[in-house]
Amino acid sequence: MYTETEIIKDNTDLGPDGELVVNMGPQHPATHGVLHLVVTLNGETIKKIEPHLGYIHRSIEKMCESLTYRQFIYVTSRMDYLSSHINNTACALLVEKGMQIEVPERAKVVRTILNELTRIASHELWIGAMAMDLGAFTPFFYAFREREMITDIMEDTCGARLTMNYIVPGGLMYDIHPDFQTKVKAFVKQFKEKVTEYEDLVTGNVIFQSRTKGVGVLTAEDAISYGCTGPVARASGVRCDIRKIDPYDAYDRVEFDEVIETAGDSFARYMVRVKEMNQSIRIIEQLIDQIPEGDFVGKTKNVLKLAKGEFYQRVETARGELGVYIVSEGATTPHRIKFRSPGFSNLSVLDHIAKGSKIGDLMATMGTLDLVIPDIDR
Amino acid sequence: MTNEEIKTYITAHASEATFDETGEWLTILIESNHLKSLAAVLRGQPMQLDFLFCLTCVDFKTHLTMVYHLTSSSNRNINIVLKANVNSADPIIETVSDLWRTAEFLEREVFEMFGVDFLHHPDLRRLILEEDFKGFPLRKDFDDPINMIKL
Amino acid sequence: MLSLESITKTIQDWLLTKFSPQIALTLECVIVILLAITLFAMLGLVLVLLERKVAARIQIRLGPNRVGPGGIFQTAADTLKLIMKEGLTPDSADKFLFNLAPFVVMMVAMLLLAPIAFAKNFQIWDINIGVLYISSVSSLSVIGILMAGWASNNKYSLLGAMRSGAQIVSYELSAGFAVLTIVVLTGSLQISEIVAAQENGWWLFKGHIPVIIAFVLYIIAVTAETNRAPFDLAEAESELTAGFHTEYSGMKFALFFLAEYINIFIVCAIGATLFLGGWMPLHIGHWESFNHIMDYIPSSIWFMGKTFFLIFVIMWFRWTFPRLRVDQLLNLEWKYLLPISLFNLLLVTVIAIMGWYF
Repeated sequence: MYTETEIIKDNTDLGPDGELVVNMGPQHPATHGVLHLVVTLNGETIKKIEPHLGYIHRSIEKMCESLTYRQFIYVTSRMDYLSSHINNTACALLVEKGMQIEVPERAKVVRTILNELTRIASHELWIGAMAMDLGAFTPFFYAFREREMITDIMEDTCGARLTMNYIVPGGLMYDIHPDFQTKVKAFVKQFKEKVTEYEDLVTGNVIFQSRTKGVGVLTAEDAISYGCTGPVARASGVRCDIRKIDPYDAYDRVEFDEVIETAGDSFARYMVRVKEMNQSIRIIEQLIDQIPEGDFVGKTKNVLKLAKGEFYQRVETARGELGVYIVSEGATTPHRIKFRSPGFSNLSVLDHIAKGSKIGDLMATMGTLDLVIPDIDR
Repeated sequence: MTNEEIKTYITAHASEATFDETGEWLTILIESNHLKSLAAVLRGQPMQLDFLFCLTCVDFKTHLTMVYHLTSSSNRNINIVLKANVNSADPIIETVSDLWRTAEFLEREVFEMFGVDFLHHPDLRRLILEEDFKGFPLRKDFDDPINMIKL
Repeated sequence: MLSLESITKTIQDWLLTKFSPQIALTLECVIVILLAITLFAMLGLVLVLLERKVAARIQIRLGPNRVGPGGIFQTAADTLKLIMKEGLTPDSADKFLFNLAPFVVMMVAMLLLAPIAFAKNFQIWDINIGVLYISSVSSLSVIGILMAGWASNNKYSLLGAMRSGAQIVSYELSAGFAVLTIVVLTGSLQISEIVAAQENGWWLFKGHIPVIIAFVLYIIAVTAETNRAPFDLAEAESELTAGFHTEYSGMKFALFFLAEYINIFIVCAIGATLFLGGWMPLHIGHWESFNHIMDYIPSSIWFMGKTFFLIFVIMWFRWTFPRLRVDQLLNLEWKYLLPISLFNLLLVTVIAIMGWYF
């Protein structure tokens, strides 16, 4: 433990070569959570970034070791809280794979639609938050106007707006709301009309482009070596969409493009996410009229027990590849569970790509990496 | 490459490797002191497993097992699980962070959660826990009478 | 018609009949100071509310609407809250400079009020070097900001202050050159003469191309000089939490906040005076009847209308653009704005000599 004088001394201390060492976070407006970056500065230029994690570490992996296969899904909603549906899907898929549970078609299609809605909501929030990091406040409100419609749909069907906990092993917890289809269609219609509004406000803006183009360039080799996934890697030209590589739920029957940009800078990451929203809309449009009738949950035993062995399930969240790795000893609880979270790998690349740039660039880079801190800490 | 081809290729380079095909993906079990050389073989041509998508450790009470999930960015259908057992009392293993940069952070996490010591790691410090934290939380013998809820 | 000019005249005459000239002058000064402070408080309240309403309008939301009808007392309530808050001084701060800084910033803003002509013959101090006075005094505000940043003993504050120093010093050049354009055309530094010169049309229209360029440069430069978005790098809340005033709280913070809005008002008032004719109504050449109708609108309304229009433009910038990076900010000034201003000054000199303006 530090004494009071040590803290004051630490605060005014300089780096080894007389650089300014600034603690960004754990309470900082641009880290969007309790991320602590120790930034070594030479004037305005960044010399080194050292992430310190753990401020929101809840040891979800340890908690899951004492929860049953029905219970542990609800904890995962709290990891990447912006893709909680997708996290739940990953866990449900893993249990279904481990126990060979047959999932009804209706559940598969609804899950896919909900996953894509979650992805759009997450990207919407990201656009707003990233524009705010760059000093533009207004896009936030425009993006939230559409995001609000999605959270309303979620509230109707799942009963919650953020941590939905709607997906269970075998299918869905209960059937969709009767208004689900009409509301989703209304959302798709409004989204297509209004998406141009904040795109006009952000994409074409000269200041925005000069702030993001050529900033935080991540090469394809580095993206692979650092284990980056999702829009971050796709902006560097790496094909890594799990929905294409290892299709789950209803992704094998819908048509969509894997969005690839090659520049690898912050602007490319922005463009990937914007285009991805349009692809998600495309997927939703294909499925929304095709929701089959029938059961919403498959037949499962009351007590779920995975066979002895190891299971791995990966899904594509809004931030990248989420992997769930379970080592089972044949009991009702997992022996060891590991979440390969996309944010953790994406964060590890921050020092590499932001070194040598200005403080303002760090905000652009960090913003476009789309870090969700509970996802990194778990 | 089919599993058989991979197996013959790996056996040619690391004769002591054993295989397990019961899981979804091909699992290679190797002794911890040979892990680094096998990892380098897998990373290099012609396998080109350049994407380490999961690195973790499992506590089996008798021993710890390091688990590396590897795939190739050019062919994502090849997935290989590499495993190496280390003893619980004094776990030491060679780092792979020079082959896959992502391992640098993941190994730091394993270092503080399981106490595995990674040789030649460039920056082996605590990432998540406080400096004065005692014990390795993800090990099975870790006990925290205050904060842990037992069901 | 009851004009501001006649009111001031009546008060002065009354004072002179009752007291000796020295005492009358002192009393007038006291009245002016009280009026200036009242104006400050009122402007602070109105501009903050205006900013929030404009922001809300741009951001498809309602803005403050709970305190009073349409939320008009919101800023009064906020001020009350700030007054009741504790004014913290950090332990490791340089206490004297830390507490002095907000007052320096505020004083600079107050001093700038002196030569502004609010209405016809309604001016605190019609100094014959009015424009020079404004540009020299406005550059003092950087001292207050540097003082605040340094004395806080906080790294974010220091970075913010350094940014602000570089920024204000640079952009003063462009603002100065833009102002010089009008001085060249008018041939006077006195505010009242500059306004009088625009009786047959505002400089923005009479001086055509070079003045329009100068006007655009002036608006960009003063946005930067007042540390407003997209040039708000000194505060840059997503990068430096709150920049130079990170450590300030309560009323000391409120003074910084108020000074920002007063500064906006002043630069917009100067912009309106120089380019848009100040209190002068819209007069077009020899359209006598049109000019006569325009004269019926009181001069103070003309002045305030123009000023608030410019304030609205600057607010509009803030809620539309992202922030520039610090090197881009300086590039913009030294590589683009300054060469253009220099060339523009040359151009306007030629035009003034040849008489090629209306």
